[in-house]
Amino acid sequence: MRTLIFILNKEFIQLFRNKVMVRIIFVLPMVQLLILAYTATYEIKVIRLHVVDLDRSLSSRELTGHFSGSPFYRIVNYTNSNELAERDILANRAQQVITIPADFEKDLSTGGIAKVQLETNAIDGAAAALMNAYTLSVIQDFNLNLLVESGGIIAEAPIKTSWSFWFNPELNYKNYMVPGILVLLVTIIGMFLSGMNLVKEKEIGTIEQINVTPIKKYQFIIGKLLPYWIVALVELAFGLILAKLVFNIPILGSVGLIFLVAAVYLLVVLGLALFVSTKTNTQQQAMFLSWFLLVVFILMSGLFTPIDSMPQWAKVITWFNPIAYFVEVIRMIMLKGSGLADIMRNLTLLIVYAMVALTVAVWQYRKTT
Amino acid sequence: MRGFIIKEFYHIFRDVRTMIILFGMPVIQILLFGFALTNEIKNARIAVLDHSKDDVTMEIINKIASSGYFILDENLSSESDIEDRFREGKIRLVIIFEQNFAENLLKGNKPGIHIIGDASDPNTASLLVNYALAIIRDYEADLIINQASFNMIILPEPKMLFNPELKGVFMFVPGIITVLLMLVCAMMTSISIAREKEIGTMEVLLVSPLKPFQIIVGKVAPYVVLSLVNAVTILTLGYFVFGMPMQGNIVLLLTEALLFIIMALSMGILISTIAKTQQVAMFISLAGLMLPTILLSGFIFPIENMPVALQVLSNIMPSKWFIIIIKSIMLKGTEIVYIWKETLILILMTVIFIGLSIKNFKIRLA
Repeated sequence: MRTLIFILNKEFIQLFRNKVMVRIIFVLPMVQLLILAYTATYEIKVIRLHVVDLDRSLSSRELTGHFSGSPFYRIVNYTNSNELAERDILANRAQQVITIPADFEKDLSTGGIAKVQLETNAIDGAAAALMNAYTLSVIQDFNLNLLVESGGIIAEAPIKTSWSFWFNPELNYKNYMVPGILVLLVTIIGMFLSGMNLVKEKEIGTIEQINVTPIKKYQFIIGKLLPYWIVALVELAFGLILAKLVFNIPILGSVGLIFLVAAVYLLVVLGLALFVSTKTNTQQQAMFLSWFLLVVFILMSGLFTPIDSMPQWAKVITWFNPIAYFVEVIRMIMLKGSGLADIMRNLTLLIVYAMVALTVAVWQYRKTT
Repeated sequence: MRGFIIKEFYHIFRDVRTMIILFGMPVIQILLFGFALTNEIKNARIAVLDHSKDDVTMEIINKIASSGYFILDENLSSESDIEDRFREGKIRLVIIFEQNFAENLLKGNKPGIHIIGDASDPNTASLLVNYALAIIRDYEADLIINQASFNMIILPEPKMLFNPELKGVFMFVPGIITVLLMLVCAMMTSISIAREKEIGTMEVLLVSPLKPFQIIVGKVAPYVVLSLVNAVTILTLGYFVFGMPMQGNIVLLLTEALLFIIMALSMGILISTIAKTQQVAMFISLAGLMLPTILLSGFIFPIENMPVALQVLSNIMPSKWFIIIIKSIMLKGTEIVYIWKETLILILMTVIFIGLSIKNFKIRLA
């Protein structure tokens, strides 16, 4: 026990005497949280529209007016040239082009069907689908107005539909993203700091000095991992305070439960970091391997894109992704107030994962030294 | 000079483990993400609370369940179950039908459907509610058309440009190329130079007759080659496996990629002039570059949607400009006249990074 305390003491001194590192560990993640929380939204605020009006009639102007009157649209150009429209799309000045054909008003007044062409830049498929739907509904609206004006029968909806959003009625995206970003920051700290630290001893050669001392393997490993476990949990506490004070994210569930899950989760992360460090000899390699694991874990975690819509084999991969479990759980606890019973399955799996990861890592460690 | 570059090449290529990761990683990532990541929502689990249980509600439920967007998970029996189900996190949406639905519909009493979305994930919730509404509207339209009193006057003809099938991979291929090039160039260089400092071999290099400029060129040359190989691998995979089109000029694309690589390398050098140890270098490039490159560049989330302050901030992210360039060339087939501004910005950034590095580079070590 006394040996362990000495090792821990040494690790903390080593960690905190590097002033630059301390600043990076504590300030950088918080700054990132503050900035990045605002970036993660799919909500479209404004659509840049180019109107090609080949008719130049009262009706075509009325239709255009329908768009310029809406806060969702900004008409970047109003021309009668398809080439200019294409140029705007190519240069990213416009996202959508509406082409009103020459016989627009004539077709309308003779009671025929007037066609309007609607082109959307679909490189970002998800955004394109949304923009398309918005614009179609504006045109639909315009249609209804015409029907009313021409004295036609207004078709009333036969079913009354209503909807509501639970747990986040204003659809605030920050509520969703901040817990997820917290998980990321904690993970990055745990994974990189501890993994790199171990490999550093290997690279510089000081590990051999430690190996010849009477320090036992388990003492050494605990001494190496425990400080980062503590630092990451402190980091999480800071992050939660920021989330509450700055973003006013609700924490409906128990804070203790969040820390319980985080404590288990960090064991998984540290186990993985230890494993990486047994497989590598230089800090560069360790960093590279961790980076690879991390990018796969992050992008496959359901943090940015829903797991539900992944193909089956990809869902199977997410079973081995610790970030996916923690992201899901922290969102459940904070936003829905889920209790221990609701998250039992995820927590159990994390515990199993932690035991496996640590056991394998420790076992591997013994073999290599 | 040549000898020095050859030494650096040996230094990197003899490390088999790093090589495997370096060349294997892009392949695995692009395959994994290309197939797995999508912003569309399919197969969301939903529950139904049907107070009426008649032919009409059955018909609507079937229509919803067979749409491909939803999987009917269970039939709830009371309102009090809803919150529990949401809390367990299994279902995303609940659809409630009021009593005597068919009867009210027939009498023209406008029976009600209420949809509840689990908005702890607001993106998914609003999309799913809209999908469900569209299906119900569709059902209504069928009813109305039977009464033949409604006709469209203006008929919009939607057309999706550049990506008619709305494939998500068109977003991810440019994004992953950018993230990887950033990693390989900026991170690897900054760390490898910091390593020489930390181990002490930097002093050996500094007292040699090589000029600082030559030392740096020698250090980064291998990474230029590596990164170009990686970029070509990803582009080839994107083209053959995912059917990414190559509308524009491939020479132009590779030239732009080279420019981006040089930019990232000079950024890496700048970081290494600031950082004393590998750990610091790694954390600056990792924490400073990884999340911003993913989130502030338009890789996953469109920049236009962000608050104005962040839109301004995104302008200093080199990755933003490079992603615009790749998309323009590959998907739109644009020529240099449309992207000269973005190209100029990247050149400018490179010049600034190199200038700052030269200013910071010290021949003497403390």
